Amino acid sequence: MKEGQVRIPSGCAIAAVISREGRRMSGEGIIRAMRPMHDRSNGLGGGFAAYGIYPQYRDFYALHMFFDDRATRKNCEAFLKDRFEIVKAELIPTRKMPAITDEPMIWRYFVAPLQSMLASMQLDEREYVMRSVMHINTTLDGCYVFSSGKNMGTFKAVGFPEDVGEFYRLDEYEGYCWTAHGRYPTNTPGWWGGAHPFTLLDWSVVHNGEISSYDANRRFIEMFGYQCTLQTDTEVITYIMDHLLRRQGLTLEEAAGVVAAPFWSTIEAMPDEAQRKRAAFLRTVFPSLLITGPFSIVLGFDGGLMALNDRLKLRSMVCAERGDRVFIASEECAIRAMEPEAEHVWAPAGGQPVIVRVKEGA
Amino acid sequence: MTIIDAADLGYQMLNERIQNTTGPCTVTNCCGQRFLAAGMAGREITVRGVPGNALGAFLNGARIFVEGNAQDAVGDTMNDGVIAIAGSVGDAAGYAMRGGKIFIQGNAGYRAGIHMKAYQDKVPVMVIGGCAGSFLGEYQAGGIILVLGIGREDQPLLRYFPCTGMHGGALYLRGSIDGLRFPPQVSARRAQENDLALIREHLAQFCELFGYEIDILLSEPFTVVTPDTSNPFRQLYVAN
Repeated sequence: MKEGQVRIPSGCAIAAVISREGRRMSGEGIIRAMRPMHDRSNGLGGGFAAYGIYPQYRDFYALHMFFDDRATRKNCEAFLKDRFEIVKAELIPTRKMPAITDEPMIWRYFVAPLQSMLASMQLDEREYVMRSVMHINTTLDGCYVFSSGKNMGTFKAVGFPEDVGEFYRLDEYEGYCWTAHGRYPTNTPGWWGGAHPFTLLDWSVVHNGEISSYDANRRFIEMFGYQCTLQTDTEVITYIMDHLLRRQGLTLEEAAGVVAAPFWSTIEAMPDEAQRKRAAFLRTVFPSLLITGPFSIVLGFDGGLMALNDRLKLRSMVCAERGDRVFIASEECAIRAMEPEAEHVWAPAGGQPVIVRVKEGA
Repeated sequence: MTIIDAADLGYQMLNERIQNTTGPCTVTNCCGQRFLAAGMAGREITVRGVPGNALGAFLNGARIFVEGNAQDAVGDTMNDGVIAIAGSVGDAAGYAMRGGKIFIQGNAGYRAGIHMKAYQDKVPVMVIGGCAGSFLGEYQAGGIILVLGIGREDQPLLRYFPCTGMHGGALYLRGSIDGLRFPPQVSARRAQENDLALIREHLAQFCELFGYEIDILLSEPFTVVTPDTSNPFRQLYVAN
């Protein structure tokens, strides 16, 4: 049984760390963060997103893929060869361990879109990659792209997050930013593809919550060529972010003002007129992308991350700093597990984005 | 004094260790273990590190002192005892508490004191030394919440929607309430002499725990917020 076929009604755990200086860290720290939050997950999904891990292939899209069997892989590779130059194809290294079972075939491809195809389809590179990912995930049976950005990658599985981290040998990767998720699926049965992070291009989302606007958001976003295949709310958040940030060109602050828009009563009470107008504008233009219900998310992207809570703050989220590193987690204990000496612990208000960028040139 | 090293102990094991000691104990290297001291009576527990969610849930008379921050749902449904936090707490502190006292030196997150209640001599008290997040005292049905705003500078004392659905108990705020918006079924008034007597009693305990001067804290005016009638929502229900 796969996701999308059954709906059951999420407690989850999220954590993230980023170096403002762009210093690369191994995955050990983020795995450590997930241990004290073990009880927030139930073993039906864990995953990580890592940025800056493929510097030697930084100009190529890294497609991480699950295949049911060899035939589906061959089929998918034929599709990829028609559209992309494949510079490297390999199994993603894993560690056999009793806690992780029933793994699909897990491959990665470093690819560049064929220029001739881009020219004939009159698409920019990112739109082309996004459409190719949608095509594979909706029409090629038994194939699933779970990561498609440059110089970044997602690693996810059914299991507890700390085990998933060991399984994927994340101690052997180095990234300037890591996000992590422990899953407690409530609406769907829990399959490898449905674990978080959800990614598209370099956007990745880890999410703790249960959004009540899922269908309203899905109906709207599907008008723009996104196809929600898994019935999980995090997938739709990822596509909303891609739509708002990449296609509509909104800033991160503006995107936060769309998905976690303040109440009208709060907008009316804003002292600054420009601020009031901007908030009202975003709510009016994108009403169908307002996300209601509880969520705390970390959106990862090339060069930074954004943490955001729903406007009512129905899920917990804590931030802290130490030197050039910023930490975010569902619980402070997770931050202490990464960095016992973390300072300036604070809890962002609902709807107030926390945006951290790696400094220019790092 | 017994020392319990919580490193690598799950929450059940840790609570068992605490149960199996006599006299005061100190838990060290605490890192996220939930339900610490849940339901305990007659104990004195000091916590070093970060206790997990639902610290002192259903507490029944024990005294807990945390030497730093605590997470969500501190004192969930506690019945009696004292929880003192020498730091800040996460969301929903004092959720549905019905007795005992919670003292927080720093800030409280969202929904502190949600659905606190009181009955006869059971009157729960929560003192927040810093600021409180949105929905403070949501559905408050009884008990006392004090917010002091110590060292808050530009920070708002409370954020959005305080006292939403409040229908009992009282909220006491220290200092200016300019810019705060309350729902229509509550009213705010300047604290009178009898209010200050009650405030003084709880502040004295707060000052003793965390080392503040009570006279300095009392030098600012206090505001009392209470629901307008004993049953402000009666029009929502069928009379029977």
